Amino acid sequence: MSLSISLITYFPIIIRLILSVIGVICFFAILGLFLVYAERKVAAGMQLRLGPNRVGVFGIAQTVADTIKLITKESFTPGMADKFLFFLAPFIVIISATLALAPIPMAKGYQFWNIDVGVIYVPAMASLSIIGILMAGWASNNKYSLIGAMRSGAQIVSYELSVGLSLLSIVILTGSLNFNEIVMSQDNGWWIFKGHIPVLISFIIFIIASTAEINRTPFDLPEAESELTAGFHTEYSGIQFAMFFLSEYVNMFIVSAVAATLFFGGWMPFHIGHWAAFNDIMNYIPGPIWFFGKSLFVIFLIMWFRWTFPRLRIDQLLNLEWKYMMPISLVNLLFVTLITIMGWHF
Amino acid sequence: MSYLKDIYRSMSSMLSGMQLTGHYFMNFRKAETEQYPDNRLTLKMSPRFKGELTLLHNVQNMHKCTGCSACQLACPNGSITILEKRELTEDGKNKKRLQTFVWQHSMCTFCSLCVDSCPTGALKMEQRFEFTVADRKTLTKTLNKEGSQLAPDLR
Repeated sequence: MSLSISLITYFPIIIRLILSVIGVICFFAILGLFLVYAERKVAAGMQLRLGPNRVGVFGIAQTVADTIKLITKESFTPGMADKFLFFLAPFIVIISATLALAPIPMAKGYQFWNIDVGVIYVPAMASLSIIGILMAGWASNNKYSLIGAMRSGAQIVSYELSVGLSLLSIVILTGSLNFNEIVMSQDNGWWIFKGHIPVLISFIIFIIASTAEINRTPFDLPEAESELTAGFHTEYSGIQFAMFFLSEYVNMFIVSAVAATLFFGGWMPFHIGHWAAFNDIMNYIPGPIWFFGKSLFVIFLIMWFRWTFPRLRIDQLLNLEWKYMMPISLVNLLFVTLITIMGWHF
Repeated sequence: MSYLKDIYRSMSSMLSGMQLTGHYFMNFRKAETEQYPDNRLTLKMSPRFKGELTLLHNVQNMHKCTGCSACQLACPNGSITILEKRELTEDGKNKKRLQTFVWQHSMCTFCSLCVDSCPTGALKMEQRFEFTVADRKTLTKTLNKEGSQLAPDLR
């Protein structure tokens, strides 16, 4: 009796959970398909090629075809691998990517979880993926996988600091860790314009450090093709490889969404100070368009890096972080604090 | 001071690199890609492209091959065989002439060393590159045409 009552009480909640899970999975699938296509087209454009143009109009269905091929492929587990960890690793990577998406507001009130420590929560969840990567590297029983995973560990531990410090500069300016409050504080202009040069510097540091954190070129040492075949996912194939691949692109979207929210005002339209008429016109463009537009701009920036710069060596990578980005972001944080205390920002 | 200089130099070099790729991205319509099977009617190969090996013949069915077999010696994988014959000229001399120029297409790497080694310039790498055949034997080709002769100025 009581079981059926509790079932009835929890039924709407369960349905809601199932629907939101389906929604997130669909969003990820579409995001992955779109970003892979976009990356191939951007790469083609920057190398004076055409890119995929055979499957569908302008090759739009190419990534769908690739995904179907990946899904139907056999997921091979090497003989001497640690089978359980090998199976678990891609799930951990993709779950950490999913969790990091939760507190990011996509439009006014459209947010999975309104949490007060969002700015701390996202990097914390994003850096959980290193557990999955280390697990994949260790369980594969392959020297390339292990070296790639260890490099990834060193890289994420170092670059976490710069990411955190550059995020802190916005936290100091707004005085809040909540994403919604940070967006609302940019009602009269985005922080990248309001915060003078120090915020610009912290934006640049954030972009560089987060490119390193999501293991993309020029910091793709964990999967350096020419040295380590495919790094930590050398032994993965089929749908398990697809999950690593998808998580890479989802992570890229999350990083871009965080950058867009903190520096470019998230879903907030482009407002200039007290120009009421101009701000009203901008308000007619809905929030999701602003949010996704800004995120795609940052994604394009990261893709631009990938198809321009050569890969760093591991010592150069650590040099860059500990000798350049860490001190600069610390000094920069001081300047941001000075600006905030003196009230020099707009 | 050199620390700041390093930062400035790295940033400016990164920006100049991004400027170049950004320029390419903006001019994506100038892509170099040849969509080959679609454009095979209008396809123009570059002049230095090395396709099929040909023994050049003029209108009177005359070629310049003296049968010296320099190309056969130059060929790194033995795809050329010169079969020669003896011929009596008008003034009674017994001279070497080309009988058959055999080119084994399946062994050729299109290195163009035969063309370079030819003292009379009788050979050329042509532009044609579609060689698919159903029978491997047809890839052993005779390059001199039926009834062709050595050009009179080389006799």
